[in-house]
Amino acid sequence: MPNKVHADARAALEDILFDGMSIMAGGFGACGIADLCIQEIRRRQIRDLKIISNNCGGEYVDRPGEGFGLWTWLQDGLISRAVCSYIGTNKTFEQQHLNKTIDLELSPQGTLAERIRAGGAGIGGFYTPTGAGTVIAEGKETREFDGRQYVLETGITADLAIVKAWKGDPAGNLIYRKTARNFNPMMATAGKITVAEVEHIVEPGELNPDGIHTPGVFVQRLFQGQAEKIIEQRTTRQRDLD
Amino acid sequence: MVWDRSAIAARAAMEIQDGYYVNLGIGIPTLVANYVPADIHVTFHSENGMLGVGPFPYDDQVDPDLINAGKQTVTELATSSYFSSADSFAMIRGGHIDLAILGAMQVAENGDLANWMIPGKMVKGIGGAMDLVAGVKRVVVVMNHVTRDGKPKLMRKCELPLTGAGVVDRIITDICVLDVTNDGFRLIELAPGVDVSEVTENTDAEILIDAIAEL
Repeated sequence: MPNKVHADARAALEDILFDGMSIMAGGFGACGIADLCIQEIRRRQIRDLKIISNNCGGEYVDRPGEGFGLWTWLQDGLISRAVCSYIGTNKTFEQQHLNKTIDLELSPQGTLAERIRAGGAGIGGFYTPTGAGTVIAEGKETREFDGRQYVLETGITADLAIVKAWKGDPAGNLIYRKTARNFNPMMATAGKITVAEVEHIVEPGELNPDGIHTPGVFVQRLFQGQAEKIIEQRTTRQRDLD
Repeated sequence: MVWDRSAIAARAAMEIQDGYYVNLGIGIPTLVANYVPADIHVTFHSENGMLGVGPFPYDDQVDPDLINAGKQTVTELATSSYFSSADSFAMIRGGHIDLAILGAMQVAENGDLANWMIPGKMVKGIGGAMDLVAGVKRVVVVMNHVTRDGKPKLMRKCELPLTGAGVVDRIITDICVLDVTNDGFRLIELAPGVDVSEVTENTDAEILIDAIAEL
């Protein structure tokens, strides 16, 4: 059995990166991003990247001009095309889109999730009511089911998927933690090669087979590592003092 | 007197019925959770992959892996569940969520909603908004009645690119509550001290006015 476990992000990504490749990157905002993979791909300055991700990293609200995640790739001009659902407060992303220096395809969040799920599951396309009657439906086939308009959306795969998991075993079985799951499970299925950045690699037998989120068949490589976790909006409440 | 942000949120909380699964958007909609009556049991859905969203954490409970769709740190409840974005939007698109409360830039009298971009100037969305309005059983918009420049946001036809066509059921603004009907906007309620003329003058569409409870 080939060894899926690598020492770190550098070793896991060493021989599989190339200019012009497509990369799916898991995460929702800063939550559940494979940050060590992102940093390594940036270090290698791989260019002309086609990325698929819910958003494209972000800028810190309290530190203008500084950002995290895929934002650092935008900053270095590494991305030529992006399929994302959300821009939000990412000014660099918004500007590159409005200036047309980046080719952005906006896909509704649920449509994006389902397109990735479909891609990984061998489904060419599907009809969804989301976006019917909006610009999202322009140029796409539409069809009526039960008197309602649906839009044909296509499945997506990528040369590489980088996902972030909480626990993994040497077979590549993965478990995610809380809302850090988000897009990671679908992306794991849709990468020609999927690299998992895992907080804890455990021994075979330690994960309950009934509780596996991503079965190992979808994961070609994994390594143990964890960048500092980022909190975009730290919202708290006070304890009652009585 | 007009409703402020908190009062709009409190009024929107009255839309929630016992047992509902509810998705709240960013901004005023997030505040709605603070005004749900104690005898109403509601489960909040967050499209990034959580059912049963709890209150903000105490300082020593903050967990970077536990956020809502507005990227705010939250907590879990005894009956919370986590799932992927694909499952999350299966709940939304599949009609399993009872109510979505979200903000808007413009709403048309036929229920068209625009809330994600201004061509050439600003693009924030789309995020989950298009899926939410297409799939959730009931869509309630909360927003100020007019823009900062005093221009109507409720109109015959949206000028901005749509988020969804014919999707809005009810609008709660700082001055009134309106329903979208087959015949256009219908006035349901006025904020305290607000005159009907204030609503009609600040709305770029006809408004059906019949017997309403003038508060």
